[in-house]
Amino acid sequence: MAEPRRVFSATGITKVYHMGDVEVHALRGVDLELYAAEFTVLLGPSGSGKSTLLNILGGLDRVTSGEVTYEGRDLSRASERDLTNYRRHYVGFVFQFYNLIPSLTARENVSVVTEIALDPMRPEDALELVGLGDRMDHFPSQLSGGQQQRVAIARAIAKRPAVLLCDEPTGALDSETGIVVLEALMRVNRQMGTTTAIITHNADIASIADRVIYLSDGHIVRTEQNRDKKEPRDLHW
Amino acid sequence: MRAINRKILRDLVGMRGQALAIALVVASGAATYIMSVSTLDALESTLAAYYREYRFADGFAPLKRAPRSVAARLREIPGIQMLETRVLAAANLTIDNFDEPVSAQIVSIPESGPLLNAIYLRSGRMPDPSRDNEVLVSDSFASAHQFRAGTHFYATINGRRRRLEITGIAFSPEFIYQVQPGALIPDFKTFGILWMPEDALAAAYDMEGAFNDVTFSIERSANIKEIIDRMDEILARYGGLGAYGREDQLSNKYLSSEFDQLRQMAVIFPAIFYGVAAFLLNIVITRVIATQREQMGVLKAFGYATTDLVLHYLALVAMIIAAGIAGGIALGAWLGQALGSLYMEYYRFPFLLFHLRPDMIFVAALISGVAAGLGTLHAVYRAASLPPAVAMQPPVPPRYRRSFLESLPLARSVSQPTRMIVRNLERRPLKSVLSILGVAAACAILVVGTLFSDSVDYIVRIQFQFAQHDDLNVIFNEPASAKAISSLKAMPGVRYAEPFRSVPVRLRFEQRSYRTSIQGLPHGAVLRRVLDSELKPAPVQEHGLLLTDYLAGILHVRPGDTLTVETLEGERRVLRLPLVAVAKEFVGVGAYMELEALNCAMGEAPSISGAYMETDSEHDKEIYAELREMPRVAGAGVRANALRNFYETMAKQALTFAFFNTLLAASIAFGVVYNSARIGFSERSRELASLRVLGFTRFEVAYILLGELAVLTVAAIPIGFFMGRGLGAFMISNVQTDLFRVPVIVDPSTYAFAAIVVLASALISGAGILRKIYKLDLVEVLKVRE
Ligand SMILES: Nc1ncnc2c1ncn2[C@@H]1O[C@H](COP(=O)(O)OP(=O)(O)O)[C@@H](O)[C@H]1O
Ligand SMILES: [Mg+2]
Repeated sequence: MAEPRRVFSATGITKVYHMGDVEVHALRGVDLELYAAEFTVLLGPSGSGKSTLLNILGGLDRVTSGEVTYEGRDLSRASERDLTNYRRHYVGFVFQFYNLIPSLTARENVSVVTEIALDPMRPEDALELVGLGDRMDHFPSQLSGGQQQRVAIARAIAKRPAVLLCDEPTGALDSETGIVVLEALMRVNRQMGTTTAIITHNADIASIADRVIYLSDGHIVRTEQNRDKKEPRDLHW
Repeated sequence: MRAINRKILRDLVGMRGQALAIALVVASGAATYIMSVSTLDALESTLAAYYREYRFADGFAPLKRAPRSVAARLREIPGIQMLETRVLAAANLTIDNFDEPVSAQIVSIPESGPLLNAIYLRSGRMPDPSRDNEVLVSDSFASAHQFRAGTHFYATINGRRRRLEITGIAFSPEFIYQVQPGALIPDFKTFGILWMPEDALAAAYDMEGAFNDVTFSIERSANIKEIIDRMDEILARYGGLGAYGREDQLSNKYLSSEFDQLRQMAVIFPAIFYGVAAFLLNIVITRVIATQREQMGVLKAFGYATTDLVLHYLALVAMIIAAGIAGGIALGAWLGQALGSLYMEYYRFPFLLFHLRPDMIFVAALISGVAAGLGTLHAVYRAASLPPAVAMQPPVPPRYRRSFLESLPLARSVSQPTRMIVRNLERRPLKSVLSILGVAAACAILVVGTLFSDSVDYIVRIQFQFAQHDDLNVIFNEPASAKAISSLKAMPGVRYAEPFRSVPVRLRFEQRSYRTSIQGLPHGAVLRRVLDSELKPAPVQEHGLLLTDYLAGILHVRPGDTLTVETLEGERRVLRLPLVAVAKEFVGVGAYMELEALNCAMGEAPSISGAYMETDSEHDKEIYAELREMPRVAGAGVRANALRNFYETMAKQALTFAFFNTLLAASIAFGVVYNSARIGFSERSRELASLRVLGFTRFEVAYILLGELAVLTVAAIPIGFFMGRGLGAFMISNVQTDLFRVPVIVDPSTYAFAAIVVLASALISGAGILRKIYKLDLVEVLKVRE
């Protein structure tokens, strides 16, 4: 097997939030590499810095110190415009609370993104892919949580992103729905070779990943390669 | 259509209530501006065109009597371009089925028609110069009495009664504003202008081969002051009463002071409205956009740039604003036209040039656009420049603390919801202050809107309660012997009569001068009194003058200073009289002196110019009939008429304007209050739903939100009163003229009205919010974060 290509590379990144006089050290020096087509799970207790790390990888936030590169490009020193371009063309996000635009239908929520992408899928195809072909013209308020999250996934993958970053995509869902969502993510990862990172604090989910990264208190405490990777449908929690 | 654009439309529909309220505020601002500016423009351009096309004279020179040959000498004065002589006569009219005294000024028409102050013949024909019983009547007078060509009436000219027939209805640039000498405001029923062929009028008025008035135009480069001085020199021997330029011509003077006032209003009112509207737009849009913070985060996360978002929300706001502007312009044009035609009733223009000029529309759109655009930019940049990761998080739980009020001992017993209201207000003091200011500003414009009519009402009340007690006043066409008073007293129904003497004068002090007349009043006069600054009667003096405070200000004289008084009647003596005191008067500029002392100073036997009378209303008809037959009586004024007329015309005009303004102010008030309440609801719907989940009743939850609204509204009202009064004082200070000085008076009912409008807005808004609270979907709000 050929050496997998390194997509992300972070060295010594820290992130400090200032809340009035209080300094919150969300990341305290993190080194990390993510590889092409890899399915990674970030695991850790609440407040350990998972979201912060993911946001930095996705160009949603900036490091306080250290360096992050994506395909050799320095994200830590990129301009606002470069970051916007990076997000527009390379990254797909899925958030815990779906964050759909309430005034747009499922199809339109996907279109919002495909309309500014370079080589997108048809929004309909993206929705088919997550099994929502029959709910395209529903508004978010007319969809269940799981359906909303699948629209969010369709929205994230429709631009054929190189990376897919998901912050607790199943956090707000029951296990059955969660599994459907994870299957959708897994399918995208396999079919399109998308580098995927998923945050969770559910240790069971870790078993479907190629690699599990454990965070605690702003540090990576441990990284594990999964030898026998499970399928989402074999999970239950 | 792109999904992002579809989002704009859907968002717009979703926030239609607020969008409508914002559009309403914008429309009100734009309408006020367009209304004021277009009315003013219409009046000004109409006036200019009218003056130009009908050759309104540059100067006038009234006199007692001069032979026509003098005209040639007057024409030789360098700088004179055109000069006409004419005869002006006073007449008393007898009109079928109209008992009250009616007087008229008759203007002669030269054989070939007047060159200056040309006549606009609205209907009928010019009188036949060879006939002595044909006249034109002024349009206002004609419509007040429903006269038509062919109608006839009787006129007593120089003591001789004759039947006159109307041949046509006319306008003149000289009499756009027609007010009877001595009256406060025009009364079209009791005073009219007639035009009669010169020969016929001269014959009737014993002016054959003579004239008693001059009109002239001057060359562009000429100096009117020098011409006036030359003319006064020439006419002095003929009883010249002092020539004057068009700026002192009564009609024109009224118009220019009215227009000055309108111009002020056209600037100040819209400025206030727009100021408030811009302020509101800024607050409202900032807050509306703040509620979209998370959506912005999402769009940014997926690669929309900050500029994309700014454009997106600008488009959203632009649609709201555009609707507001369009509505405002249409409304403003409509109101402007309505107001213009109202002014037409008052100022007699034969036509009105009303245009909605593109630059007015442009300015209105620009101001609203800039106000809203800045608000949007500010709001969007603030929200969109947050890193997307932060934008998408629910806002950090606000930091509450125990409020200051809670540390008061009484506070322990206060319920939790009340405590929440107080904390919420104290937590964001700036926001609370801004909300209060917004509502207060709306309240203030409501106060300002009706302030003028309150003040004018007050003037009239003072005038008729304190200064003027006569039921009827009579003016003689020339000074009569003091015995004339006894013939007035002898009439049936006259209970009491008080004489007065009026002497035209030019007052001089240092290099300043002012043309007015001195009123001589007897000691202890009760029917007509001069008031001091405390509105107490100020007694007239033998050895000096009382001047209206405003006139004293114009001349820069203080009690103790000595004025030079050039009398323009009789021997035309030049007197030196000290100023003994200053009088308080809101209308006109007068000078007063004791009657006998005035006669004495003039070197005349005791004489009077007219009388104030107290009458029995049962005998009114007889008195009026008798007055009509008295050759000396040039005119009579009836107090009841003056009051009735005041409330019919002046008040109608002021009230219409006030009504429009009030309507616009009320819509702004509603817009502010509704938006404050509505935004408060969307900002806090999660919190309120959580409380409901925790077991608070709907009522308790509603109390938290509506209680806050109530506190803000109640706090805003007195501040609004204060601001309104201040603004009113500022506006009024800019419209003081020698015709009117308007005091700052706010009637309690005005305050009450403003408060009621604001409270009603709050109630309606509150009811809307209450409905939303009742429909609040607990699960949905807690589940979906948006
Ligand atoms: N915008 C922010 N401002 C201040 N502190 C923050 C912010 N975002 C995260 N934090 C803090 O940083 C730490 C890590 O947060 P986060 O990365 O969200 O943790 P996780 O996703 O692992 O639960 C936490 O202590 C959190 O309170
Ligand atoms: Mg997190």
